[in-house]
Amino acid sequence: MAFRKRSVLPGFGLTLGYSVLYLSLIVLIPLSALFFKTASVGVSHFWQTVTDPRAFASYRLTFGASLVGAAINAVFGFAVAWTLVRYDFPGKRVMDALVDLPFALPTAVSGIALTTLYTEKGWVGHYLSALGIKAAFTPLGVAIALTFIGLPFVVRTLQPAIEDLDAGVEEAAATLGANRKQTFFRVIFPLIFPPLLTGFALAFARALGEYGSVVFISGNMPFRTEITSLLIISKLEQYDYAGATSLAVVMLAVSFLLLLFINSLQGIYGRRRAGGA
Amino acid sequence: MASKPAALGLACKEPAWLRLCLIGLTIAFLGLFLFLPLITVFAEALRKGIGAYFESFNNPDARSAIYLTLLTAGISVPANVVFGLAASWAIGKFDFKGRSLLITLIDIPFAVSPVISGLIYVLLFGLQGWLGPWLIRHNLQVIFAVPGIVLATIFVTFPFVAREVIPLMHEQDTDEEQAAISLGASGWQTFRRVTLPNVKWAVLYGVILCNARAMGEFGAVSVVSGHIRGQTNTMPLHVEILYNEYNFVAAFAVASLLALLALVTLGFKTILAWKIRQSAGAAGEAA
Repeated sequence: MAFRKRSVLPGFGLTLGYSVLYLSLIVLIPLSALFFKTASVGVSHFWQTVTDPRAFASYRLTFGASLVGAAINAVFGFAVAWTLVRYDFPGKRVMDALVDLPFALPTAVSGIALTTLYTEKGWVGHYLSALGIKAAFTPLGVAIALTFIGLPFVVRTLQPAIEDLDAGVEEAAATLGANRKQTFFRVIFPLIFPPLLTGFALAFARALGEYGSVVFISGNMPFRTEITSLLIISKLEQYDYAGATSLAVVMLAVSFLLLLFINSLQGIYGRRRAGGA
Repeated sequence: MASKPAALGLACKEPAWLRLCLIGLTIAFLGLFLFLPLITVFAEALRKGIGAYFESFNNPDARSAIYLTLLTAGISVPANVVFGLAASWAIGKFDFKGRSLLITLIDIPFAVSPVISGLIYVLLFGLQGWLGPWLIRHNLQVIFAVPGIVLATIFVTFPFVAREVIPLMHEQDTDEEQAAISLGASGWQTFRRVTLPNVKWAVLYGVILCNARAMGEFGAVSVVSGHIRGQTNTMPLHVEILYNEYNFVAAFAVASLLALLALVTLGFKTILAWKIRQSAGAAGEAA
């Protein structure tokens, strides 16, 4: 088989050549530097760095807070997506557009705004501190920032899936005598579970690598409120390139695995949808 | 729809109390997580009055941060537009081996976290990096200087334009282009007069998102910048410095410019998404 199918259109060589060159210079070569650097670190030093107690504490916080944030988004994001698709209420279009705010707002801005809100004197923080809850500069604050960051992923993944639901299926369930609750749990929910899981995984993946919105509200205490991204930066600031690189490789491996998982989820979901149509 | 029996319609809807609860929950959740942070930015920026607000921009460090942010976006957005158009022409209009691999590779920067995106350039161009010694001999500086900031920004915004335009170019088959070529148009004329008008809204959509991220990127730029005031501080980095110096009004004043940018971005994004749907619908009807 030939490398490409024949076409009368010109410019294939030029545009493909340029794309591959640019991709290599900007993305592939710099990323490969990460792996070559790790290879030069040596297995024992690598292992020591990534299993260090301080590194472990940072994984626990990063993964834990990301999970909490993604879970909150899965529950509330589902309600938000459902409401935005199915119901009408004043201000709906503005709310719908604002769902993307965490994408559009620079993370440093989100970070200082959330911190100001959740410190003991802040608009939300002083209610929480009246209840004896400290949010800013604790793991809870990290989870709040990661909830903010992950919000659009669940809502935006679910919205098209809810729009695509075939009204006929719901009507059929109702005609066959199912009440609304049964229809929801037995018919609707199984159909939108795959996109819900995809949204959850996307929010989780984004939260794992998040930096800007977290560093302000977390307080950055080693062992307690230090996320892995920040640990990488503090190693860099001490010119410990080997240490920073080792941690980065661990993080990168986790995000690529997650990406693989998300892609296969979307593959299964896409096939099922195509098969059903 | 209208002929549907009323009882069936009711059975396919949630009861009124549940609908109200869900609407209330949505407003409360979005209010708490989206509106409050947004309002906080402007409230804190204007806390000491409009005079203090504008005074925040009247200093050389703030102005140089704004200038550097505009410069960075001004280089990285066009660079990624050119790449996005080239890649979508090659991938969208031709069928070749390795096509889907290339699409996957283009998406990589979205899977790499901001701090790591900065780190890879430090490993490449930093003092102990591959090219570090060579750069020093030639008296060039990339890390802790503007080129590093631009490179890191190009990396994090790399896929935005390409991923909007590739699927669209692929969907619109090559009939129109083939007609133009057979009527004697050159390749460039065909691209400019036939292909580009068909994808212009998607390109613009990609540009808007790319620009917002380019101006707002924090983590990646923070790693390569070195935080030299008046020289290598972009607006988000300037916000961080001011905030850490407890200069809250000034920090939020600069932040409010970025928040305005975000709101404008969201506005354009909503309008463009509507335009794209409309033109896709028109194309569907024509076909």
